[in-house]
Amino acid sequence: MAGELPFEMPLVEMRKKIAELKQFGEEKGIDFTDEILRLEERYRVLADEIYSNISAPQKMHLARHHGRPTSLDLIGLIFTDFLELHGDRQFGDDLAVVGGIAKLNGRPVTVVGQQRGKDTKDNIQRFFGSAHPEGFRKAMRLMKQAEKFGRPVITFIDTKGAYPGNTAEERGQSEAIARNLYEMSMLAVPVICVIIGEGGSGGALALAVGNRVLMLEHAIYSAISPNGAASILWKDASKAEQAAEAMKITAADLLEMEVIEEIVPEPRGGAHHDYEAAAESIRDAVWRHLQELSSLDAAELQEDRYRKFRKIGEFAEGSQESELPEEEVQSVE
Amino acid sequence: MFKDLFQKKRKYATIPSERLERSGGPSEGERPKREIPEGLMSKCSKCGTIQYSKELEKNLKVCPACGHHMRLNALERIAVTLDPEGFIEFDSEMTSVDPLQFPGYASKLEQQRSKTGQVEAVITGQGTLGGHPVIVAVMNFEFFSGSMGSVVGEKITRAVEEATEKKLPLLIFSTSGGARMQESILSLMQMAKTSAALARFGESGGLYISVITDPTTGGVSASFASLGDIIIAEPGAVFGFAGRIVIEQTIRQKLPDDFQTAEFNLQHGQLDLVVHRKEMRSTLIKLLELHDVKGGF
Repeated sequence: MAGELPFEMPLVEMRKKIAELKQFGEEKGIDFTDEILRLEERYRVLADEIYSNISAPQKMHLARHHGRPTSLDLIGLIFTDFLELHGDRQFGDDLAVVGGIAKLNGRPVTVVGQQRGKDTKDNIQRFFGSAHPEGFRKAMRLMKQAEKFGRPVITFIDTKGAYPGNTAEERGQSEAIARNLYEMSMLAVPVICVIIGEGGSGGALALAVGNRVLMLEHAIYSAISPNGAASILWKDASKAEQAAEAMKITAADLLEMEVIEEIVPEPRGGAHHDYEAAAESIRDAVWRHLQELSSLDAAELQEDRYRKFRKIGEFAEGSQESELPEEEVQSVE
Repeated sequence: MFKDLFQKKRKYATIPSERLERSGGPSEGERPKREIPEGLMSKCSKCGTIQYSKELEKNLKVCPACGHHMRLNALERIAVTLDPEGFIEFDSEMTSVDPLQFPGYASKLEQQRSKTGQVEAVITGQGTLGGHPVIVAVMNFEFFSGSMGSVVGEKITRAVEEATEKKLPLLIFSTSGGARMQESILSLMQMAKTSAALARFGESGGLYISVITDPTTGGVSASFASLGDIIIAEPGAVFGFAGRIVIEQTIRQKLPDDFQTAEFNLQHGQLDLVVHRKEMRSTLIKLLELHDVKGGF
């Protein structure tokens, strides 16, 4: 298989060795069955060891793997009857964001996601999945449309961040992101967000204000890309791996901090090994959460979403105040 | 009085009195009584004009020569904006912790606290403006570049909730370098938290005036700072999402000097008004009056 990451190299070596031995045996007519079986057993043990201890920097590379399924790949496998819709009705159609209507297990839903390109040409058209304001506004338009017709919203997050360009700034990149946060928090339908690859900064969050935020096992999510953090903190972008470790960007870290609700398991070695298995895993999780949320009415859904984000943050209150009963602290006048 | 809150430390360029003494004063070797006290004169960081610090302060730290609006810290901002009496601070003792055990964060926080005498990058509270009660949040760029971590997000959110509950107008002066990296995902989530609180406030019919001061970028610009019913900026204030250097690297072009300034944003439809610091207070009072519909029609 092509596209192995550095940490998978011991496995590649071993596969090569096994293949060589098989070939040698066939050519020379020698029976290496026992040796091969032994090697294959060792391979399984090594693979288990490597794949069950994937570090944060390794996940950063997995999340960015060129073969990793994109939003459109997953949409095609998870839903049926997907009809892609275009444009923000104000400026243009940003291909870094895709969206439309589809059916999930027969139920109509609205799907929106950031879309990386599959090759260089595609990537250039899609700005590598980094949206301009019109991309965020297209997403919002589709989400409001979903709200009008009572469809749940499902979003896929996969972006290094919002597009950092002059045209994006001129058209109000800040406002576009901020408006999405504001509006998403008030949507009267269930919102389920899945971080499928890289969740970078405000550009990711602009599609991720959901009742439930799920994360693929090897996806990452952070306030700034590890590369960006490294160049700001240590003036050295090559220390991205070190930053990845320090920034707590993995699904396990985020589950512990209660930023996400669930880790969606990936096929061994990453979603790029088996698109269908990854898609099935996501479909099951999304469907389960959707059913849980379907008993809530609009006000309860808004309240549930508000509570989810309201409680995030860690800080200390002054000793003086914390000794006072809650009511007194809150009514300081 | 708010003047008492002013820190003696001056954050703008000062001319050491030694240099002034040298030119015509007593010789360097014996330095008797200093005739010109430290910090008497200030230099404009933009045009270089030297003026009396006192005059500059009277002019609200706007350079009389070129009109450059120098940065104010949160206490100075409150002093020049709100009515002199009756400000009640909220959550003054809320402090940052180091939730991710991020390398160097704890010591950086300590350093920022002793440098500024402040505990965090925002002051929130209730005060009055021309007699109108308002809930106010004022960010402080001096502290950790005004970056938003859990404390900034929580204090802003509580202020918004307070305004919602008391049905009072909300006034936020933003200035920030963006999210506080050292709190990574928790700081990113503050963008959603503050915006969600503003959505509720907005639904309840509350008036939110956002004032952009230099500089307002990143996570703050892409959340509450951009959500005002009215968005006002000070002249020359930088307001944008991505940093200039990052953009120049992305597009491989040099950006114009006025890129992301208040005037640039006004021209591109991203602001309601650009208001000189001297007129800010009266403009805000006017806006509050225009929204005061207690009497009905």
